[in-house]
Amino acid sequence: MMKRSYVRTAVLAVFLTLVLAVGMAANASAAPGKMKNLILATTTSTQDSGLLDVLIPIFEKKTGYFVKTIAVGSGQAMAMGAKGEADVLLVHSPAAEKAFMAQGNGTARTLVMHNDFIVVGPPADPATIKMTKGATAAFKNIALSKSLFMSRGDNSGTHAKEKGIWKAAGINPEKEKWYQQTGLGMGQTLNVAAEKKAYTLADRGTYLALKKNLGMDILNQGDAILLNVYSVIPVNPTKFKKINADGAKAFADFILSKDTQKIIGKFGVEKFGSPLFFPDAGKKEESLGK
Amino acid sequence: MINAVSILEIRDLEVRRGGVRVLDIPGFEVLDGEFLSLIGPNGAGKSTLLLVLACLLPRYRGSLSFRGASVMEGNGLMGYRRKISMVFQEPLLFDGTVESNVASGLRLHGVNRSNIGRIVGECMERFGIGNLKGRHARKLSGGEAQRTSLARAFAVGPEVIFLDEPFSSLDPPTREGLMEDLQRILRETKTTAVMATHDRVEALRLSSRMAIMKDGRIVQIGDPGDVMNRPQDEFVASFVGVETVLSGKIVGSGAGTVTVQVPGGKIESVGVGQVGDPVLCCIRPELVTLSTGSPTESASARNVLPGRIVKVIPMGLFYKVNIDCGFPLTAYVTASSVENLTLAEGSAVCSSFKATAVHLIRK
Amino acid sequence: MDLILEGIKQAISLLFTLDPEVLGITWLSLAVSGAATGISLIFGMSVGTTVALTEFPGKRFVISLINTGMGLPPVVVGLFVSIFLWRNGPLGFMEILYTPTAIVLAQAIIATPIVMGITLAAIQHLPRNLRLQILALGATRLQMVWMLMKEAKLPLLAAVMAGFGGVISEVGASIMVGGNIKGYTRVLTTATVMETGKGNFDIAIALGIILLLLAFAINSLLTAIQQQQRPR
Repeated sequence: MMKRSYVRTAVLAVFLTLVLAVGMAANASAAPGKMKNLILATTTSTQDSGLLDVLIPIFEKKTGYFVKTIAVGSGQAMAMGAKGEADVLLVHSPAAEKAFMAQGNGTARTLVMHNDFIVVGPPADPATIKMTKGATAAFKNIALSKSLFMSRGDNSGTHAKEKGIWKAAGINPEKEKWYQQTGLGMGQTLNVAAEKKAYTLADRGTYLALKKNLGMDILNQGDAILLNVYSVIPVNPTKFKKINADGAKAFADFILSKDTQKIIGKFGVEKFGSPLFFPDAGKKEESLGK
Repeated sequence: MINAVSILEIRDLEVRRGGVRVLDIPGFEVLDGEFLSLIGPNGAGKSTLLLVLACLLPRYRGSLSFRGASVMEGNGLMGYRRKISMVFQEPLLFDGTVESNVASGLRLHGVNRSNIGRIVGECMERFGIGNLKGRHARKLSGGEAQRTSLARAFAVGPEVIFLDEPFSSLDPPTREGLMEDLQRILRETKTTAVMATHDRVEALRLSSRMAIMKDGRIVQIGDPGDVMNRPQDEFVASFVGVETVLSGKIVGSGAGTVTVQVPGGKIESVGVGQVGDPVLCCIRPELVTLSTGSPTESASARNVLPGRIVKVIPMGLFYKVNIDCGFPLTAYVTASSVENLTLAEGSAVCSSFKATAVHLIRK
Repeated sequence: MDLILEGIKQAISLLFTLDPEVLGITWLSLAVSGAATGISLIFGMSVGTTVALTEFPGKRFVISLINTGMGLPPVVVGLFVSIFLWRNGPLGFMEILYTPTAIVLAQAIIATPIVMGITLAAIQHLPRNLRLQILALGATRLQMVWMLMKEAKLPLLAAVMAGFGGVISEVGASIMVGGNIKGYTRVLTTATVMETGKGNFDIAIALGIILLLLAFAINSLLTAIQQQQRPR
């Protein structure tokens, strides 16, 4: 009899947990629903660097919006915007952004901040790119020496930038054996490149964040072509009814505000000794890197 | 004990499975208080008929009535189902103790707790499983499990109980004990029982009536002695254990007896018939006596036939002896007879049986 | 090796300091997967039992469909649920994409065929005459189904375990329909993927260990019940 009642209690406990869980989940999804949701589609680097973890709570507190940050590649973020599935974009793929704007998908495209891309690789540097001047020349060397190169291959801003450099170098690496695509985010691509002793193009922020475990060096940097520019684009509400236009505008205003720009400028100094992003609100794109 | 009142009645029954007719019974009734056995070979439809009677299988056509009131499929079925009960060949016990198993039917009926305790206690005592009440059902022997299954079926106080080969998976001593108890309990509780079995010995022992089934039909129904001794056709004859069935022609007739010419000899039988009528002579093996002395020793028998033993087959408690006395004849004899008469293959023997031992089937 | 040790250390410290973020993520994982399992039990068991107990044309086809569904790839479910829940999708008006509800929905879709398939097999494996025996004892149809489920409770518990185990460890659908939003739809698996991407392997390992412990704890509880039920 003792055993039976024990079993019964256990079954009851499991059942109650389930019921509780259902209630909890329903509750959890109901609570923020009362606020106005704002979908921010952005690149992985802003999330992986930890910048958004700092900025979003401040914005939510100030405005009362509930931000759903969907961190994907810049390409996918813009695709979401083009379908009206996101309200505001924070992306870093200038050529694609211009096309996005030309199609009337965004209301405005405003410069937020920049950092730069870097070419990283094994310290042994088999393609001797450390000595070369400029990223284009470095890419040429990699191709000539047929050194392994890891591409993101995911239509992200970094991927777009990398393709731009190959184009500038006059090389089409797509079908080469030494050219491989991971299809993964920046962090994972860096890990793969480190494991395979390959070169890759990375944004400085993510590289700095991962540096301690990688064993990879910055082998080429500073070229104007390596500039990494982040812009904010509120999605055009005239195309889709469900766009939270006010929220998108509020977010753009927030990220361009003086206070926020100050936070961006200081972000990462404590941890890495240097900032990860440089605030650019009010500047013109052409003026950067000069 | 048995009233000649029908408790269950079937009319124009037809049951199909996958479009094939598996039961075809124009009329059939179960009498109040009787023990009716359905016997027949595998696939004869015994179990199907039980399930139809218990309203557990849909009828394609036909009616079922219980104490004169029609039992419909669908609504109103529950009332009927709670007046009956069923036991299968496998005990089909539920996960739990013996006590909880015996109580399960009552719980389903919604009987209140205190009554359940009392009834279950009585029922377990009746079936001699009171000492097992706390034992888990999966840890019972075959006999104990079937007793629990029977106790569970009786606990709901059914008016009719259906038994589908309830003893088939039990070993002989267990079977004996259980049959005895079942018979006693049925008598005490005045419960009507319908049992499907392929074992005629079991059926003979328990039944007050017996129905022989073949290919979805009832071919003969009646008093067990009647069915055993006066089978209606060759199939029934072979199924109820008539070993010798001879086809012949009446050649003489007089004073309540006839003489039948069979290939290889003549047989005297009680009965009436026209000379020239074709008949089947059925002779039950236990009614044939064997002797080695002169034929006069068994003067009271009308049929005394000298012959030779073809084969002696030990059957456990008795011997089956095949004799050639012009035609093949089979007799059952005891072990002591075999010894005393020194029956052996090839030895001469004299077989005798009375004219009343022969049952004639008209063709 | 250092990394793994570091991860284990980190896991212990995160657990013992009751880090609110990790606790939140853990609780959300439990709640979401628990709810999804709960829903899948309701649908899976009722449909599984119904299919097992009824004869109808095309039953074989339905069964093979359910069995195929048991191996439904989570990312495919994630994709289709996303498409349906998009603002401009057919169910966009519900506005539940990137919410825990969306994850519950996707996970319930993943777990339901698993529970259904195991339930179906469990009920079908019961002795054929057991149904008739229960009905002959005067059970209503509902009582009969309940008793059959009680008889099949061991395999049914396995269904609960398989369903829960399948969804709590699932990442593809969760990240697609939940969006891995911090403090809102971030569950153990999506957080592990993200922390790996960020290069925070110690935290990733810590989260992984918590996930393992969680799955282990719940399965041990269910296994304990199962072993209790088994006659010795």
